[in-house]
Amino acid sequence: MRRRNLEELFFKFLMVLATLVVGGSFFLIVGTIFYKGAPYMTFDMLTKTPGGGFYIGKEGGILNAIIGSMYVAGGATILGLIISIPVAIYLNMYMDGKKFLSNTLRMVFDVLFGIPSIVYGAFGFLIMVYFGLRASLLGGIIAVTLLVIPILVRTLDEVIRTVPLELRDAALSLGSTRWETAKVVLRAIRPGIITAILISFGRAIGDVAAVLFTAGFSDNIPTSLHEPAATLPLAIFFQLGSPIEEVQGRGYASALILTIVVLIITILSELLVKKFYKHKS
Amino acid sequence: MTKDKAHISVQDLNVHIGGNHILKDLNIDIPNKSVTSIIGPSGCGKTTLLKTFNRLHDTAADVKVTGKVLVDGEDIYDPNTEITHIRKKMGLLSQRPYPLPMSIYDNVAYGPRIHGTRKKQDLDIIVEKQLKATALWNEVKDRLHSSATRLSIGQQQRLCLARGLAVGPEIILGDESTSALDPVSTSIIEDLFVKLKQDYSIVLVTHILRQAARVSDYIIFVYEGRIVEYGKTEQVLRDPREELTKEYVKGYIV
Amino acid sequence: MILSQSGQPINYYIQLMQRIRLLKDKIISKLMLLFTILSVSLVFIIGIGLYYKSIPVLQNSTWGHLLTSSVWKPLKGLFGFYPYIMGTLWVTGIAIIIALPLCVLTSLYIIEYAHPRVRRILMPFVNLLSGIPPVIFGVWGVLFIIPLIQDHIAPHFVEFSTGYSVLAGGIVLAVMIFPLIVSILNEVLRTMPQELKDASLALGATKWETIKKVILRKALPGIIAATVLAISRAFGETIAVLMVCGNNAVVPHSVFDAGYPLPALIANNYGDMMSIPLYDSALMFAALLLFIIILLFNIISRIILSRLERKMAA
Repeated sequence: MRRRNLEELFFKFLMVLATLVVGGSFFLIVGTIFYKGAPYMTFDMLTKTPGGGFYIGKEGGILNAIIGSMYVAGGATILGLIISIPVAIYLNMYMDGKKFLSNTLRMVFDVLFGIPSIVYGAFGFLIMVYFGLRASLLGGIIAVTLLVIPILVRTLDEVIRTVPLELRDAALSLGSTRWETAKVVLRAIRPGIITAILISFGRAIGDVAAVLFTAGFSDNIPTSLHEPAATLPLAIFFQLGSPIEEVQGRGYASALILTIVVLIITILSELLVKKFYKHKS
Repeated sequence: MTKDKAHISVQDLNVHIGGNHILKDLNIDIPNKSVTSIIGPSGCGKTTLLKTFNRLHDTAADVKVTGKVLVDGEDIYDPNTEITHIRKKMGLLSQRPYPLPMSIYDNVAYGPRIHGTRKKQDLDIIVEKQLKATALWNEVKDRLHSSATRLSIGQQQRLCLARGLAVGPEIILGDESTSALDPVSTSIIEDLFVKLKQDYSIVLVTHILRQAARVSDYIIFVYEGRIVEYGKTEQVLRDPREELTKEYVKGYIV
Repeated sequence: MILSQSGQPINYYIQLMQRIRLLKDKIISKLMLLFTILSVSLVFIIGIGLYYKSIPVLQNSTWGHLLTSSVWKPLKGLFGFYPYIMGTLWVTGIAIIIALPLCVLTSLYIIEYAHPRVRRILMPFVNLLSGIPPVIFGVWGVLFIIPLIQDHIAPHFVEFSTGYSVLAGGIVLAVMIFPLIVSILNEVLRTMPQELKDASLALGATKWETIKKVILRKALPGIIAATVLAISRAFGETIAVLMVCGNNAVVPHSVFDAGYPLPALIANNYGDMMSIPLYDSALMFAALLLFIIILLFNIISRIILSRLERKMAA
């Protein structure tokens, strides 16, 4: 009996240890980034583009990357929404009775969700080559849109499913067409749409592999879709790869900026989700 | 309350679940080597009472138990008692059979293995003995190592009984253990209870008065958390003392 | 149309509006269908596109040769993917070996032992991990893990290590997949029937024995599904691993060796892609490999999970 109790105690100890490791990793990571990045944070970082040399130079900041990322993520999210909203609605409202088909389609989207961003980047590159595009903002947006579509479809799909059938039926029984009912549903899930936007934006802004081949890089803020665009993750990557210590340091600061931005987006979307589901229950 | 030696003795038992007072000031003795049935309308607290006997309420978050439950004179709610030792004395048969996710053999051997029996020959003997005791041996002896979940529900329930007997309990607790079974399996299990009472004390919760009549020696009638009447089967069912009991057993015709 | 007192003009107007509404609905629904079909066919388009681009290098050698040869001389047109495949396997393997036990223990603790408040407070932070961009994991890896290995872990085992190793890649990957495994395991454990646990406890087993012998067995399909899903996620991770694994195209022989997983191969060499013949085809082949493997793993784990869901509901 004592052996059994001892064994239980031993494993309980291991369990607590494991929980501390898993639960604490978030703090470890964010903490390290803060610790190393804060000393190099200056106001310039946020407001100036890099100066002084080949790509990321010794002066200036990363405004080019910040804006570039915003453009790419923003463009991709908008394009993604344009495609995903109709898809999500079609899956839920126009496929009544074809349950098997709609579930199979959902499975396909799940598969798309699991495809890593490097594959989307490679494929985006193929498309660009096919159409004769150069590495540019447009290329980056295309690749990231492909990445973001499955995320949006899945999130929107889940959100639409929370709309009670009665609401849809009520609209339909008043004689509305399916499209008019869809408009009602969309209005009902507005916070859910915002959540989906936030989630996809957060993913888009942090991704490297999809923009690696497709968006190029530049010290400047792109003024047209055909100019190459710098992105935050790539900026961080290049800065860290520099032999100059100061530049490395600025890389840590850039990492800090990216982390803060993404954390804000994530926390906002979590809060929205909670508020949204509180309504539902 | 009875001349027979009390195997379980409940004293001033009160049970609160989530703020509701479910069992109120219960005092009862469960006699040795006989079958006692607990009857009563739904929600009166029968199952709650049964679960206090082997402290299965420990796993629930909002249950408060006060009072004493003595098993062989030992208060199982004393903080110093070793609970797995107590539970070993009791076998539990739930409403639906819950075979463990392993083979038939391993299901029966599970208890003995935990309590220290390791040698294969010893386990073989125990498995065969208990499967024979629950009239299951002939049906499964050729597939002892196949998954227990493949058995029919009636067979699974007998397996659970065999599993419970394998740890060598003194008391068997049954919580509406035949309600999910077909009539044939039900009568097999009822016959087993009657046979087993020679060696074990059996407490059954049931809402089927005929079953209580067929199988038990004593009946406890619980109503809204209190024990209204207790006595020998014949007496409680045919000639109840209390009005409430009379009302409840009205539907029972011999 | 004019609204008039007499019936007919009004009727005509209403009918016209009706028809326009219905037409609008039809057009829109066809458009939605189009978008849906296009999106779904993405999977096939990607697969076919990658395959099409890989054909040149496939014509040059066979599948077998590409997968098992270690010779990588692009200028000679020799492409052996074996070291890169091995690199991927090593890094992913290490990640799973680290992450799986930790996550199983954590999930068990959170669901079975800890106060519900612990779960409510802890899980958001575990989930926040999944929102952190991979490049940040890479930075953390460089800042924290590399020195850790170089100064504190490696000296016990080998003579010299820069710290840039498959071990570093594996550790970073492991942390990245924590949230995925823990959240799936939490669901699996949460839906364990209490009666099954009661049956074991009623036989006199301790809580830990019940976990060890009953719960873990019942949860096995879920654990496998979570693992397979985590593997498919780890296979495709590019930047975080690239920053810490050393990018040395040899088959690793110990955890302290550098490695060169497939995604890193693609990412590092895209610049040279267009200048060397067949190089772009080779890299597309690497992407195709990744695509196929991840596709397979994804499908397998979803099948397991859905079968599990059906069993639970029954």
